[in-house]
Amino acid sequence: MTNHWIDIRNADCILIMGSNAAENHPISFKWVTKAQEKGATLIHVDPRFTRTSAKADIYTYLRSGTDIAFLGGMINYILTKELYAKEYTANYTNAPFIVSSKFGFNDGLFSGYDPKTHKYDKAGWTFEKDEKGRDKRDLTMQDPNCVLQRLKKHFSRYTPEIVSSITGTPIPDLLKVYAAYAATGPDDKAGTIMYAMGWTQHTVGVQNIRAMCIIQLLLGNIGIAGGGVNALRGESNVQASTDHGLLFHIWPGYLGTPAASNPTLEDYNKKNTPKTNEPLSANWWQNKPKYMASFLKSMFGDEATKENEFGYSWLPKVDDGVSYTWMDIFDQMYKGKFTGFFAWGQNPACSGANANKTRQALGKLDWMVNVNLFDNETASFWKGPGMDPKQIKTEVFFLPCAASVEKEGSITNSGRWMQWRYKAADPPGDCKPDGDIMVELFEHIRKLYKRYDGVFDTPILNLRWDHVTGGKFDPHAVAKLINGYFEKDTTVQDKTYKKGTLVPAFAMLQADGATSSGNWLFCNSYTDKGNMAARRGKNDPTGLGLFPDWAWCWPVNRRIIYNRASVNAAGKPLAPNKNILEWKDGKWVGDVPDGPWPPLDQKDKGRLPFIMKTDGVAAIFGPGLVDGPFPEHYEPLECPVEKNEMSAQRINPVAPIYGTAADTYTTCDPRYPFVCSTYRVTEHWQTGVMTRWQPWLLETQPQMFVEMSEELAKLLEIKNGDPCIVSSPRGQVEAAAIVTKRLRPFIIQGTTIHQVGIPWCYGWVHPKNGGDSANLLTPSTGDPNTRIPESKAFMVNVVKKGGK
Amino acid sequence: MDGKSFLIDTTKCTACRGCQIACKEWNKLPAGETKQTGTFQNPPDLNASTYRLVRFQEYPSEKNYMVWYFFTEACRHCMSPPCKTEADKYVKDCITVDKNGGVQFNEKTKELGANAEKVKAGCPYNIPRLNEATKALVKCHMCYMRVDAGLLPACVKSCPTGALNFGERNDILKLAQTRLAEAKKKFGDKAELINPDEVRAIFLVADTPAKYCEFATY
Repeated sequence: MTNHWIDIRNADCILIMGSNAAENHPISFKWVTKAQEKGATLIHVDPRFTRTSAKADIYTYLRSGTDIAFLGGMINYILTKELYAKEYTANYTNAPFIVSSKFGFNDGLFSGYDPKTHKYDKAGWTFEKDEKGRDKRDLTMQDPNCVLQRLKKHFSRYTPEIVSSITGTPIPDLLKVYAAYAATGPDDKAGTIMYAMGWTQHTVGVQNIRAMCIIQLLLGNIGIAGGGVNALRGESNVQASTDHGLLFHIWPGYLGTPAASNPTLEDYNKKNTPKTNEPLSANWWQNKPKYMASFLKSMFGDEATKENEFGYSWLPKVDDGVSYTWMDIFDQMYKGKFTGFFAWGQNPACSGANANKTRQALGKLDWMVNVNLFDNETASFWKGPGMDPKQIKTEVFFLPCAASVEKEGSITNSGRWMQWRYKAADPPGDCKPDGDIMVELFEHIRKLYKRYDGVFDTPILNLRWDHVTGGKFDPHAVAKLINGYFEKDTTVQDKTYKKGTLVPAFAMLQADGATSSGNWLFCNSYTDKGNMAARRGKNDPTGLGLFPDWAWCWPVNRRIIYNRASVNAAGKPLAPNKNILEWKDGKWVGDVPDGPWPPLDQKDKGRLPFIMKTDGVAAIFGPGLVDGPFPEHYEPLECPVEKNEMSAQRINPVAPIYGTAADTYTTCDPRYPFVCSTYRVTEHWQTGVMTRWQPWLLETQPQMFVEMSEELAKLLEIKNGDPCIVSSPRGQVEAAAIVTKRLRPFIIQGTTIHQVGIPWCYGWVHPKNGGDSANLLTPSTGDPNTRIPESKAFMVNVVKKGGK
Repeated sequence: MDGKSFLIDTTKCTACRGCQIACKEWNKLPAGETKQTGTFQNPPDLNASTYRLVRFQEYPSEKNYMVWYFFTEACRHCMSPPCKTEADKYVKDCITVDKNGGVQFNEKTKELGANAEKVKAGCPYNIPRLNEATKALVKCHMCYMRVDAGLLPACVKSCPTGALNFGERNDILKLAQTRLAEAKKKFGDKAELINPDEVRAIFLVADTPAKYCEFATY
């Protein structure tokens, strides 16, 4: 989230799309309800009428996988009716920048596409430069090649008629939603978006979010109270897992994972540290070398020296252009390229797309360790449906672990709030906290390396290891290391900090090895003032719910990021009714500002608001993605229509496709005529490993189901509650029919298209008659940027069990 | 002493069922074995181990194509409880009214025998259930032990949206009028409070009560 949970209450219009917040983020509705009580309009757009829709002021439906068409229509609406925030877009976004003449778009393809490699050469996706190397711009935004005019041209194709034909949303509904949301364009109005996996799990997942970012920027809704682009994270601590480098392409603090083509730290810094010719840009990432050096010092302590580039060469590198995501890992595992696997706190046999492929892949390992609270389909895959235990060589170890309330530590929520939690109870039996398991594991590995003189033992033997107290994982020591220390006596801005002092904030981190920080973004979270995440102050000086003394929020306790975009050049709030930041008597009052600089009108001293962007402004034209600088509608890889009405390019041209025998895809195949989407229910969590064993929850949602419209049920002669078989080319599941008005047929390109939906919280281990995972059906494809799977739009068949 | 009351504002309920589960958790009531029969509502009905049940009802509607109504059903704690009047005919004080106005079924309901059915039939809201194992009549007891300790009933404590409210009856009646005015503005004149003068668990609905629950009123 750019903003945070409580801030939802400040919105004048809330769009929930790609999310079923009432069911999957129930507490969010505390704040949604408060906004509605103050007169906010709640819009829900979803293929299915859900518990969220039931509370919406405006609900309408769209076919799964057509969000860009829907949002593209909104961009077109905002631009043609000139409802965009002109000052904001001209001053705080790249809307006035002149796009390079090398950039083009023709019939669904952006310039630079290579049909052989299915990749884009992005070299032409740039801006024209002036003689000083600065991006050329036309602040009147009339130049036909400026971003705003290119955007206008691109989305002029998204007329209500075409959008309706693609999405199935009736035209009056489209216009109603567009008008209600576009009404947040004026300075004193704020609109927010709450989205989740309904937007990300598509072959156009990232571009779905980009489309909404563009809308938010056009309406001046970023950086303000009640606005922002707000991802509702699907797990209580998944924000921290991303922050701390869980994903393959980033190290902690969103530092790009080094590639083998950057053999030295100097190479890495040269290649990855952005430079700008824009004098008003803060270009915060120019500090990257400081964060890299501090991270490496946190890894290797005194062993990390200037001479050995702080141990840069000791850490593994990725190969250029190779994807190491979840889907790629299991693809390689399926091909027999792995010997061992730690499935730690997860259940891939149910949670990943194409679960049959995953289950087969697990059988190709020599060993697997599953660390979990309860038995699950991964730990027991070898005795699952269709498996012959005698034929499976994988040796499986199951380590029972402590639950979140049975250990101390921090949880970082969607709003970036790092909140410290005490331990409420001891774990039962031999269950151990994950940290203790890791400590034991590592200490044993290190012993083996020492004893047997292991190959390339330097990183193992040199690893900094001062966060173990009494043989146990010490969460406070780890939290301090994440914050970082001065590693020698250091003078910063006339103040000297002794070696061993906790670094007060990331502005003091150094590139010369004088400081350590396990994650620069969290520097300021555990200082000499104490554990900031454990704070419980209820002070709210702005009255807008920032609660600056409650827990701690990255970066540097800034509750709303890009908040300098909420003020004008003089530092006065654009929305005085939602004043989160104001320049008063020579200083900033309110939220922690995005940097110390004065407002823009202070010559040479002020800075542009989007400090993480190299050019200081937000990107309406976004050349960073692999599939285009503007979003474009493509059909899902598996779709019910022969033709994409927007262009000759039916699917995202750079969507990943896998080639093993387990990877089958169908489209417009009469054997699989129905669109299907997977989703969660309130009563279960993720694959259900934690909730299916909880009898009270199981009582409320006991079995796999398939939801379908009354019209489809009639067509298939299925009655409410009938057992059905839902199948795709990759697998099948048994599910009880829920025949409901909440789903309805879509009229797409003049033809009736039916959609069904299934939850993914069940598995064969428990309960016995609960059914199996929805992911047995989902395809191994996904977003080309992130490779999150396309679980929200694929094709299936449904029959009554025992029927034809 | 006016006692306590609930306001159940169904217009703010998202059917998260936190209340249904919190009730079971606080009262250590076991889960039953259920099946997916084509609805989110489960268990299908109140029972001896389910004092509170969220009911789901869907109807076509001009606005937003349809409505989905949620109704967290439990004892209304009547101001003059007809169950008590009926029960007193057979076993005096097997049903009592506590200092907060909570209607309490006690161990003596086991002595009702066949008359338990008459007591059940005496409830216009179809709430009491017979525990087949102990032969006691059971239902929501307004979390008297929590309330005595200054805590909110478990269901109210779990509610994220302000649908479930609990407090001094005067305060709840005032809140009920405020919420009713808001609901009328938003949903029209059909919005109403169900029998606010007769019960301590006052429901605010946006539409005809029977559309929420067969026994929403009588």
